Amino acid sequence: MEKKRKSVPITYEGEGSLIQPPDLEAFREWNRRKPKELIDKMMTEEEAVDRYVENGDYIGFELYGTVRCPMSLTRALVRSGKTDFSIAGQGVTELEYLLATDRVREIDFTYIALEVYGVSKIVRRAVESGSVKNVVEWSNAGLTWRFKAAAMGVPFIPARSMLGSDTIRRSAAKVIECPFTGQKIALLPALILDVGFIHVNRADKYGNCQIDGISGFAFEMSRACKRVIVSAEEIVDTEQIRKSPDRTIIPYYLVDAVVHAPYGSWPGEMADMYDRDEEHYRMYVEMQKTPEGTAEYIKEWVSDLPNHQALIDKVGIERLESLKIKGGAQ
Amino acid sequence: MSERYTPSELLICLASRVMEDGTTAFIGTGIPMLAASLAQSMQAPNLVAVFEFGGTGAILEKLPLAVGDMRTYNKALHASGICDIMETSQRGFIEYGFLGGAQIDPYGNLNSTCIGDVLKPKVRLPGSGGGNDVGSCCWRTIAIMPHDQRRFVEKVDFITTPGYLSGPGAREEAGLPANTGPYRVVTSLGVLDFEEKSKRMRLISVNPGVTVENVVENTGFELLMADSIEENDPPTDDELKILREKVDPDGLYR
Repeated sequence: MEKKRKSVPITYEGEGSLIQPPDLEAFREWNRRKPKELIDKMMTEEEAVDRYVENGDYIGFELYGTVRCPMSLTRALVRSGKTDFSIAGQGVTELEYLLATDRVREIDFTYIALEVYGVSKIVRRAVESGSVKNVVEWSNAGLTWRFKAAAMGVPFIPARSMLGSDTIRRSAAKVIECPFTGQKIALLPALILDVGFIHVNRADKYGNCQIDGISGFAFEMSRACKRVIVSAEEIVDTEQIRKSPDRTIIPYYLVDAVVHAPYGSWPGEMADMYDRDEEHYRMYVEMQKTPEGTAEYIKEWVSDLPNHQALIDKVGIERLESLKIKGGAQ
Repeated sequence: MSERYTPSELLICLASRVMEDGTTAFIGTGIPMLAASLAQSMQAPNLVAVFEFGGTGAILEKLPLAVGDMRTYNKALHASGICDIMETSQRGFIEYGFLGGAQIDPYGNLNSTCIGDVLKPKVRLPGSGGGNDVGSCCWRTIAIMPHDQRRFVEKVDFITTPGYLSGPGAREEAGLPANTGPYRVVTSLGVLDFEEKSKRMRLISVNPGVTVENVVENTGFELLMADSIEENDPPTDDELKILREKVDPDGLYR
């Protein structure tokens, strides 16, 4: 007898567009082709961006705010002139640099602002002027769980967040009646990124990465990306990784490029290594308020610098050392 | 008298007093961090502060400036990641959640996404961040707001974070976890709760020197009134001393 096919009723669909529809078979094929040998992946920020970022890519950054953020990579990305990106809108300064230089067309938006310093004027100008063409809303958990679904290799993840709100209305999530409980549940589509930028405390030349302090969403996002560019405060021998493999959050086979970037999170902070450069950050917060100030800042602190070493020289090693945490790792 | 404390300090003290010892609180940026830190030094030394990017059980000695910074797991019990924290909340472990926003409506729905039409916003605001997740899955949420007609509106421009949505039963109907929702709104004028049957906002106390009429004038919708409306105590000398010397010595929130 033919089995009656039952389908799960969709009770609600968000109006937002699915910027990056997940193609799980293509992701599997991609991952199958990624090299599994231990290959030396050391290169500069410029080489990494040149090789692994394309115009129109969907990009994500980790971590958040001004914490362990891949700023040296972001500066190189801005200098590269590459553009027309879609971004996972979970962050602050990295995303502001891209928005300020008009590189972003679509955003899966959860939070882009300055935390205790308030609303980002750069975001306001970019979104209110329409230079960003498409904004789709998510919650923080929602966006991260989308990474998690991709990391699991499944097309969606069920969640009890976002339900009933305009956030879900302007998202690309769907709601179903759960086939097990009968309760309504949100389905969040897997988000497979083209490229992820992650700054870590230490890595070996193959890309085995260890992170001190909270791990944010490095675990999930690194596994949701087709290409991962890592910058590390410290490059260590693989022997050191092998002594504490439980500390490895991102294993080498996920990683395409490893960049040695001491003070790579500056003006943000790095767990157990250095504090946020509050004085510089406050200056930035003031300058981002106007288009002129923003342009001036980007020119002076991003575009006019040839590389990360030039930034370190410009800030001055004495000042950077003064940010170091006493008794910290570095 | 008016010089003794600032409006921010009053808000921080009122929010701080709501928290019970030995519970968990999901802490966002800004005033909630100061309130939690103050509560740890006052009535709630065993308040477990939970930060969305992975810090659990921190001792809040220095004011965190970001929900992921090192101070959010200062001498903490656990440093994990956002999935762990959000899933912990989804499993029902987190009692209080702090929220804020540009607008709030009678049902405690909050807007932190946009002023005007979301597709062509007059003002683009920061977005949900963890707000929606806190409002969805914490047991009891506390909104902290400046109180005026622009913010307390009949209908928010965008429901970023669900309160009681359209009223009784709406959260459950939408699929949100049962028995969750807005608990208190702490404002520059007073403290409000939500009446059990209608799930509408109700004034329960006014701040020092504030009248019920002041609150009504500054609210853009009809407020329910508690049977007896108390006057909140001003910040005590102890609270102010701890706030100024320990919690926020740099005066970021004065």
